[in-house]
Amino acid sequence: MRQVGYYPGCSLTSTAIDYHESIMGVAELLDIELAEVDDWNCCGATAAHSLDHAAALNLGARNLALAARGPQPVVVPCALCFNRLKTTQHELASDTSGVVAEIAALGGDYAGAHVVELNRFLTSEGIIAEARSKAVASLAGLKPVCYYGCQGQRPPKITGHPAPENPTGIDRLLSALGAEVIDWPYKTDCCGASHSLARADIVHHLVARLYQEALDRGANCIVTGCQMCQANLDLYQQEIAGQMGRAVNLPIFYFTELMGLALGHRQTERWLARHMVDPLPLARSVKTA
Amino acid sequence: MSQQVSAAPESKPAPPPERPATAADAEPLRPDGAFMRQVERDTGISIGACYGCKKCSNGCPVTFAMDLHPYQVVRLAQFGLVESLRASSTIWVCASCQTCLTRCPNEVDLPRLMDYLKQTVAQGQVPAAEEKTLVFHRAFLGEVAKRGRVFEGGMMARYLLKTGGAFGPEAMANAKLGLAMFKRGRLKLLPHRTRDRRWLKAVFKAKEAGS
Repeated sequence: MRQVGYYPGCSLTSTAIDYHESIMGVAELLDIELAEVDDWNCCGATAAHSLDHAAALNLGARNLALAARGPQPVVVPCALCFNRLKTTQHELASDTSGVVAEIAALGGDYAGAHVVELNRFLTSEGIIAEARSKAVASLAGLKPVCYYGCQGQRPPKITGHPAPENPTGIDRLLSALGAEVIDWPYKTDCCGASHSLARADIVHHLVARLYQEALDRGANCIVTGCQMCQANLDLYQQEIAGQMGRAVNLPIFYFTELMGLALGHRQTERWLARHMVDPLPLARSVKTA
Repeated sequence: MSQQVSAAPESKPAPPPERPATAADAEPLRPDGAFMRQVERDTGISIGACYGCKKCSNGCPVTFAMDLHPYQVVRLAQFGLVESLRASSTIWVCASCQTCLTRCPNEVDLPRLMDYLKQTVAQGQVPAAEEKTLVFHRAFLGEVAKRGRVFEGGMMARYLLKTGGAFGPEAMANAKLGLAMFKRGRLKLLPHRTRDRRWLKAVFKAKEAGS
């Protein structure tokens, strides 16, 4: 069994519990032990970097120092947590003077944490091959567009992403598992992220464009690796479809849920039942090989 | 000829029609580089490197909701027109999606400049053009400052109390969604927190983030 670090972030403990459960389930099937970073804290998200640069830096510094103590790499499912950790690491590489004494006392090995976004970790050639060999069902009949969002890719100087305008990891994984993946140009377009409360109109406008393009290309679902994208695409779908005057009905899967489906994890339906747009009819159409 | 002129006052040439004031009528612009230099000192953002190619604005997904396009933010910053920037909704509408920075040939860190401007508004006396967005950020940070992690229930309560109360139409829509999520096991009733909280006071000492 291989052990790696795991930084879940706040939403994976509640609103995105389905993502967390599917990650745990898939890791178990792939013989990967996810060791949670001990006593991790919130990354600060958009709020901290918008209002309080010092707080953003310190929240990241504490997470990095704690993450460096555990097994490596440290995989991060939330694209924004990932981006905040990498950004902080980048800043601390040249200047650690802003770190408060209480956090500097943790050892200050900020560069020691090897932070990797989960969807890149689980779409390496080795893991794709392993998932394929362990699959008990084909995802044939699933016609997904893969949606990566913003923070895992951009800016490449921080994320280290080799193809920030056209990531292909989830596309390759799902194709290997039998899905009829559809290419589209909105893979890394923004969903509006945290605007969903204060400026829902912005989220609705951006998400409507995504639905439109996905439907026009014949997709029957959207697959993502970011729980902010999942929430914005899943939670308000009926309302946005009403504004568009078009039936949408697109289940929004996490890529890990589809891995669970293909690899035959017994709890896959339990994860899927937590969604707002019911993905069960489509998921049940997947045939056991 | 002179008789003709005096006898027909209505044939005098009409005065020029009223036209909307343009920038040319205003006080002449006196560019002031002090702000640009200050931002560069404080953050390292090289505002002066922008040569106006507008790739930032062509790629920006939220220009439809902005009063200033991203390249205009940089231009105004170069000129030192700080008040226009602080009063703009653009700095709050920016979703920090990082497309502009990724595509900028000169690596002008626009998202960081937006953050810098938001911070000067949050710490100053000028009201934010997008007050609810500022309230949301404060509600979120208030949760972090208290527990080290974010508890959605507490964050929503803080946000709703500051934006029209817990019983407005928006709050009711959120409550309906919240109930649907709760039924699906996606909302926790009890907050979670970091075990160690001694560090929180040091990190958030400068501000009452939750206020």
